[in-house]
Amino acid sequence: MSKPKREPVKLVPVPSVNIIPERDVDKTPILEVSHLGIDFGGLTAVDDFNMAIGRTEIAGLIGPNGAGKTTVFNLLTKVYHPTRGTIMLDGRDTGGMNTIQVNKMGIARTFQNIRLFKDLTVLDNVLIGLHNEMDYHLGGAILRFPAYWKAERIAKQRALELLSIFDMQDMAGNLAGSLPYGAQRRLEIVRALGTNPALLLLDEPAAGMNPSETSELMENIQKIRDTFQIAIMLIEHDMNLVMGICEGICVLNYGKVIAKGTAEEIQDNPKVIEAYLGKKKEEN
Amino acid sequence: MSINKKIIPMPLRYIINAVLFGAFLYIMNHIISSGIISKYYSGVISLIGIYIILAVSLNVATGYLGQLPLGHAGFMVIGAYTSAIIMKSVAAGSTGVAFPFALLAGGILAGVFGLIIGIPALRLRGDYLAILTLGFGEIIRVILLNIDNVLGFTLTNGAAGLQKIPKTTTFLITFICVGITIFAIHTLMKSRHGRAILSIRENEIAAEACGINTTYYKTLGFVVSAFFAGIAGGLFAGYIGILSPSDFGFMKSIEILVMVVLGGMGSMIGSVLSATVLTALPELLRSFERYRMVVYSLILVIVMIFKPSGLFGTYDFSLNSLLDKLILLFKGKRKNGQKNNEIKEGAEK
Ligand SMILES: Nc1ncnc2c1ncn2[C@@H]1O[C@H](COP(=O)(O)OP(=O)(O)OP(=O)(O)O)[C@@H](O)[C@H]1O
Ligand SMILES: [Mg+2]
Repeated sequence: MSKPKREPVKLVPVPSVNIIPERDVDKTPILEVSHLGIDFGGLTAVDDFNMAIGRTEIAGLIGPNGAGKTTVFNLLTKVYHPTRGTIMLDGRDTGGMNTIQVNKMGIARTFQNIRLFKDLTVLDNVLIGLHNEMDYHLGGAILRFPAYWKAERIAKQRALELLSIFDMQDMAGNLAGSLPYGAQRRLEIVRALGTNPALLLLDEPAAGMNPSETSELMENIQKIRDTFQIAIMLIEHDMNLVMGICEGICVLNYGKVIAKGTAEEIQDNPKVIEAYLGKKKEEN
Repeated sequence: MSINKKIIPMPLRYIINAVLFGAFLYIMNHIISSGIISKYYSGVISLIGIYIILAVSLNVATGYLGQLPLGHAGFMVIGAYTSAIIMKSVAAGSTGVAFPFALLAGGILAGVFGLIIGIPALRLRGDYLAILTLGFGEIIRVILLNIDNVLGFTLTNGAAGLQKIPKTTTFLITFICVGITIFAIHTLMKSRHGRAILSIRENEIAAEACGINTTYYKTLGFVVSAFFAGIAGGLFAGYIGILSPSDFGFMKSIEILVMVVLGGMGSMIGSVLSATVLTALPELLRSFERYRMVVYSLILVIVMIFKPSGLFGTYDFSLNSLLDKLILLFKGKRKNGQKNNEIKEGAEK
C-alpha cells in the first residue's frame, strides 16, 4: 500500500511565480473525486461531489455552516467510508483503504477542532508526524542500535526544520497544549507536513486568528506549496484568504456543489450569493 | 530551548546509568549476603522489586497507552504458574541456571495471553475494556482452579495450589529484572514506537491521520505490559514458594493499579516510588495489615482530590538531568559568563 518513497524536500522556497497550476494539466491530477456521496441515516450529508486537484494547486472548499465541507475531508481521509462514488489519489482508487493507508499514500490533514497531542511537546508532535519517515524496528529501539540514533537525529533535525516554516523552532520543548491558539493551528500543519504528503487538507486553518496572523498564514500556505510542491485543499470561512490564494474554488451547500471556478467566477455567481446571504424568503 | 540542554552526550548517559545501577546492585547484594540486613528485610526488598516491575509494566497500558485494564494480576499469575511448574520439574542442582529461562517462559506466555486478550479487548473503549480485562483475570483464576479435572493429571493442583516451589528469587536476580524492565520500557517509550503509543492516548483520530497503525501499537503496549507482569509473576513464585489462585484475584489487580495511579499515570519514577512505598509500608507495619485496603482507599481518595494526576503527574526523573544540572551549576560558578554560550553552542549541533 505504501507510496513510492519521496525524498524529503529541502526547505528552500521556490518563487511563487514559477508555479502555474495549468502546468499540471498534462499530468494526472493528484486527486480525482467523482460522484462522491455519503448518507448518515436519512441525512445526505454529501451528494454527487466531483472535484479534481492539480499536483501543485491550492484549492478552496467553501460553503455555509453544515454544508458538508468537513465531511468531504473525512471521506477523503477515510474517517467515513463513502456510500457512493470513487476517490482516486495519484491515479489509484482508494476504495477499501483506511485512514492510515491513505495517509501513507500521501494525504495529510488538520482538524477543524484542533487535535494535537496536547500533553506532549511540540517536538514530539512533529516527530509523531514523522513516524513513518523513520524505519528502525522495535528491537533496534529498545537496544538502541546505531540505526536508532541516526534516524532520530535526522528526524529531529527535520522536525526543527519544519517548525522553522512558522518560526516555531524555539517552542520545540513546550507542551503543545500550552501554545496559544494560532500556534496550535500552525503546529497541526507542521505535524501534517511531517508525514510527507502529496495533498494537504486544511480544515479552517485561519479560524480564531487575527487579521495579521491570517495574512501571515496566507503567505505561509503559499510558501509551503512552493517549497514542497504539493497540492493543498483548504476549507475556510475567511473569504479574503480563500479569494487571495486559492486557484480553484468549490462551493458546497446542503452537501451539493453549487458552483466551481476561480475567485472571480465564484464571487459573482448568484447561487453562491444566495447560499451565503439567503434569498428573500428562505433562511440561509 | 529546554530540549537541547543535554550536556552529557546520549550513549554516555546510558553508560553512566549502567555503572551507577551496577554499583547499587553490587553494594546492596554485598550488604544482603553478608547478613547485615535480616533475611526478612531482604525478602521485603525483593518483594519491592517485584511490585516495581508490576507497577511499571501496568503503567505502559494505563499511563502510556491510556487504557484501563483491570486484569494485571491475570498476567502475573500466568507467569507465576508457568515459572513455578517449570522450576518444580527441574533437577534440584540446576534450579539456579533454569530460573532465568523459567522467568522468560512465564513472561512470554503472559505476553501471548496479552496478545490473545488484547486484540478483541482493544476494539473496546474505556469501561468496556475495563470490564473485559476484569473478566479475563477472573477466568484465568477459575481455569487454574479447575484445569486439573479437565486434563486428568495434576498441573496446577487446584485450590490447594502449588507448593515447594524452589525459592530461587534473590535480591540480585529481582533487581536485574527491575533494571532490564525499566531500561526496556524507557528505551521503548523514547523511540518512534513509544511516541506512537503515546499518540494513541493523546488523540487516536489524530494518530491515525499521522499514519500510525493504532491497532498494532495498542496491541504492542498491551503485550509489553503483560510480558513484564509475567516476569514479575515468576519472580513472585520463586519468592513466596507456594502459589494458590486465590492470591491473584481482582484485589491484586486493583492493588497494582493503585500504585500506578498514586505515582501518576505515565510517570515511571512515580510508579517505582509508589510501588516501593506501598509495598514497604504494610510489611514494615505488620500490625496494620488488616487496615491495608482501608489505607489504600484513603490515600487514593486524598490524592485524587488534591492531585488527580498522581503524585508525579507525567513527570519523569532522570539521573542524568540531575547530573546535567549539577555540571551546569558547577561550570556556572567558575565561568558564569560562558555558561549561556555553551548551551547555545550545544543547541546548534
Ligand atoms: N457522523 C455524523 N453523523 C450524522 N450526521 C453527521 C455526521 N457528521 C456530519 N454530519 C452532518 O452532516 C452535515 C455536514 O456537516 P459538516 O461538519 O461536514 O459541515 P461543515 O460544512 O464542515 O460545517 P462547518 O462550517 O460548521 O464546519 C451536518 O448537517 C452534520 O450534522
Ligand atoms: Mg466543518
